[in-house]
Amino acid sequence: MAKILMKGNEAIAEAAVKAGAQGYFCYPITPQSEVAEYMSRRMPELGRVFLQGESEVAVGNMLFGAASTGLRVFTTSSSPGISLMQEAISYMAGAQLPAVIVNIMRGGPGLGGILPAQSDYFQAVKGGGHGDYRLLVLAPSTVQEAVDLMMLSFHLADKYRNPVMMIGDGMIGQMMEAVEFPDEYKEDPLPPKDWDLTGAKGRSPRVVKSLFLDPVKLEDNSWLLHEKYERMKREEVRYELYKVSAKNKILIIAYGTMARICQTAIDELEQEGISVGLFRPISLFPFPEKEIKKEASKKNIQTVLTVEMSTAQMMEDVERAVLGAKPMAFFGHTGGIVPTP
Amino acid sequence: MEQYEVMLAGFGGQGIMTAGQLIAYAGIKEDKQVAWIPSYGPEMRGGTAYCTVVLSDTRIGSPIVTNPRCICVFNRPSFDKFGPKVKPGGLFIVNSSLINVTSDRTDFIQLLVPANEMALKAGNGKAANIVILGAFIGASGVLKYETVRETLIEKLGKKKEYLDLNLQVLEEGYNLALETIGQKDRV
Repeated sequence: MAKILMKGNEAIAEAAVKAGAQGYFCYPITPQSEVAEYMSRRMPELGRVFLQGESEVAVGNMLFGAASTGLRVFTTSSSPGISLMQEAISYMAGAQLPAVIVNIMRGGPGLGGILPAQSDYFQAVKGGGHGDYRLLVLAPSTVQEAVDLMMLSFHLADKYRNPVMMIGDGMIGQMMEAVEFPDEYKEDPLPPKDWDLTGAKGRSPRVVKSLFLDPVKLEDNSWLLHEKYERMKREEVRYELYKVSAKNKILIIAYGTMARICQTAIDELEQEGISVGLFRPISLFPFPEKEIKKEASKKNIQTVLTVEMSTAQMMEDVERAVLGAKPMAFFGHTGGIVPTP
Repeated sequence: MEQYEVMLAGFGGQGIMTAGQLIAYAGIKEDKQVAWIPSYGPEMRGGTAYCTVVLSDTRIGSPIVTNPRCICVFNRPSFDKFGPKVKPGGLFIVNSSLINVTSDRTDFIQLLVPANEMALKAGNGKAANIVILGAFIGASGVLKYETVRETLIEKLGKKKEYLDLNLQVLEEGYNLALETIGQKDRV
């Protein structure tokens, strides 16, 4: 298919359509409302479900309900809206339901602002809701990558029977770039669904639940989930290197839009004779710990610099990866201020 | 061409976003990498609107640009706000129909385009954005005139009467810029 110019939000919506999303639930919020606008036209056209709930709390539970029927479903929102969905997200993780949640982040805390931020890192990566669970978290840095990761998110959600969250800052949602969709959507084979609620006629009933009053059964469930997260750590680590070489004095760790801004800064520093490399995590959970440790431990690296649009949230994971092997530094803005190269 | 950044700024409703998108569409037609970034924020009716388009032959890093190579201003508040931000050696296109001052800076090329008057004369003042688009193509040479013309036919072709007018003012803006700046001094 030829390249077309699309806004990040619209491209994410179309990627979900291409990946076979059968239900989309939403409540409008800047800066991701164009997803809802696009889907309100596109889904009925295809005879699929578009439903605007009365609040994000409702939307989260609609997603939970629809996911239990085994359909491919997703929602999109922005920071305060994602907070309202946390209960349902925790329930879905506990009940092992696949769903895709997109957070086009804006500045917080509270109602915050509407401009781009990366301040929901902890919420996405460390839980957000209650209980021993993790989301698989992916972070695109271009509109094309948002398309690719959106399609992948549905696959990974089904593969692990776990909610997958894609987080982009407001810039990813609002920016227009050239994108290319595959002519035909392809994915690796998935395990057959033997848990979905499709009506028990002619088979024994199934139960989808996150309530286990027997502590032994609850612990079993928690260790089962833990096994999945360990498997994700082995199989789903994704990252990209930019101008990483033995000449580097500094290694930058940055993701999303921030990583692109760092790329330009790295190009400018190269002109001035300063060699800097970039490690861009694409999967935030699982976090590329070993890989960062490996790059940071190289003899030529003097400092590991984390750059984020937040007050050093991801840096905690970077510190955990580097484990004191190298001096650390941080640069960032928050509240909707996007740093320039 | 390594990378070219152009910012368009004016009131909401002046066609700023559309003009920027047309540049981005034309960029794709010429196989360039493009990024179009709108200003989005708590804006009100009659407030300012601006967008930035980055065109490049290679992968675009930062979509945020501190000092664009070219800035086109459609109204006085944008003139005041963005005039100082044009990259030295760059291009400053001023809609002189609505802006009755000129910049004191001497380190860039300033091009005065009476966009509203030209559009009105052609039949519709709303086409001022296309006049400026034509002037930008003429003064920068960053995209081929023909590519932009084709883009207009594709994207604005549904209403024939407006298309003809748009194509006419595109050409007039383009010619004005070429006559003022001259082919060899394009920025």
